[in-house]
Amino acid sequence: MKRYMERLWNGIIKENPIFVLMLGMCPTLAVTTSATNGLGMGLTTAVVLIMSNALISLLRKMIPDRVRIPAYIVVVASFVTIVQLLLQAYLKSLNDALGIYIPLIVVNCIILGRAEAYASRNSVGLAIFDGIGMGLGFTVGLTCIGLVRELLGAGTVFGAAVMPKAYEPITIFVKPAGAFLVVALLGALQNKFKLKSATNGSVPATAGCGGSCDKCAGSACAENHARIAEKK
Amino acid sequence: MSKIYNVSASPHIRDHVNTTDIMFDVVVALLPASIFGIYNFGLSAFLTILITVATCVLTELVYELLMKQRVTVGDLSAVVTGLLLALNLPPTVPWWICVLGGVFAILVVKMLFGGIGQNIMNPALAARCFLLISFAGHMTNFVMDGVSGPTPLAVLKEGGKLNLLSMFFGTTGGTIGETSALAILLGAAYLLIKKVITWRIPVIYIITTVLFTGIFHKNGFAPEFMAAQVCGGGLLLGAFFMANDYTTSPITVWGQVIYAIILGILTGVFRTYGASAEGVSYAIILCNLLVPLIEKITIPKSFGKAGAKHGNK
Repeated sequence: MKRYMERLWNGIIKENPIFVLMLGMCPTLAVTTSATNGLGMGLTTAVVLIMSNALISLLRKMIPDRVRIPAYIVVVASFVTIVQLLLQAYLKSLNDALGIYIPLIVVNCIILGRAEAYASRNSVGLAIFDGIGMGLGFTVGLTCIGLVRELLGAGTVFGAAVMPKAYEPITIFVKPAGAFLVVALLGALQNKFKLKSATNGSVPATAGCGGSCDKCAGSACAENHARIAEKK
Repeated sequence: MSKIYNVSASPHIRDHVNTTDIMFDVVVALLPASIFGIYNFGLSAFLTILITVATCVLTELVYELLMKQRVTVGDLSAVVTGLLLALNLPPTVPWWICVLGGVFAILVVKMLFGGIGQNIMNPALAARCFLLISFAGHMTNFVMDGVSGPTPLAVLKEGGKLNLLSMFFGTTGGTIGETSALAILLGAAYLLIKKVITWRIPVIYIITTVLFTGIFHKNGFAPEFMAAQVCGGGLLLGAFFMANDYTTSPITVWGQVIYAIILGILTGVFRTYGASAEGVSYAIILCNLLVPLIEKITIPKSFGKAGAKHGNK
């Protein structure tokens, strides 16, 4: 059970897809004009991520290594299509707000990244929890960004006016340039207050990687994490 | 034999000029434009300048105290930033816009990137663009003698007529510091004589802008139109005081030429084809971002390396 909880913690805090891994920046920057949009986009992606992680983990011994990326994309695209049809049927307003970014979930780096780095190597249960953790981490990140942008740029939170009447919205925050500012500032705050993320030295320095993720590239990092897990 | 030789790395000859001297010269050079702005627009212009400068200095001080860094307020760079930002604001802006702009310029654009000499774009202009995007209404509300009116460039965009003399002396609408070509040129002459700036970037920038708008704008090289392009907007202020900021302009000679030409073309494009009448601010902060690339392609060969291409490595 501990390993499953570790996956959730890993996705939401330690390797948060937005503030630590910096993955999926395209939807992050484009759709977070309000907290509602951020939450919607995050949950939509999370659903696709959980289902694709599960299926790819199930198929991991069947998919030949050389065609794995096309195979993953077929799986992800199928789920995205299902989710999009559901949104069109039941959540029309969210579907209209997110627009082209729903089909673009197919090429979201987080989903392909988790399929490649985690789901294709681990059991179904762990892969699902990894999907939940990463999906929630993405949702939390998008909602935070949307919240700040909406509050500063429109003076509202989830559509409800919270700022005093005299407040004039700083509209740059709901425009594209504001997205970059908010993502960078929230990321910087996350670093400043040393939340226990993979890049903030929460990993013991005695481990192979020294606790600094930028020293590792690709698969070496995963091996180090395995080693650390064994030591514990 | 007993003489001890001092072995040290270059530079071996040092000037006595420091940052504070240069920044003081820039403040002096900006005084004519500031004083004329106050004369032209009255008390509100004075208050705008005062609040903006105070905010910039205070922001830098508070940030450095909080972050336990060396306090660099004494080098006057925050004063220059504040003054430039104020000169780029209309005199009618509410006080909180001045405060917000000052905080953004110093905190976000300057200090978060590492303080003086580390900023990737001109803090004053970045703050102006930040304000312009956020509060378009306040930022383009140009009041002259109690009447809200368009700037000379906006008049031209609408196809109106202009008074050339009032444009040169500056009794027109606009931001606090941009209206008077005469005051800006006085300050620029001071900086050129004191060798704080060189002529290269401003002159090439202005010539390129004039040529570009002359060739591509429907008004062509009509003298009145040309004069308005140079004196009627922020071009002079931008060219002499902001485009050639030490931190955000190239240091190589050819780099400066390329940088100034791109600046001119961008300003011309924004003014000729853009929705807004003015484009100097956006042109300068965009080109600030190109500076590292420009310097990379114009980096001079070190002594002796030029022969390498002839085969003797």
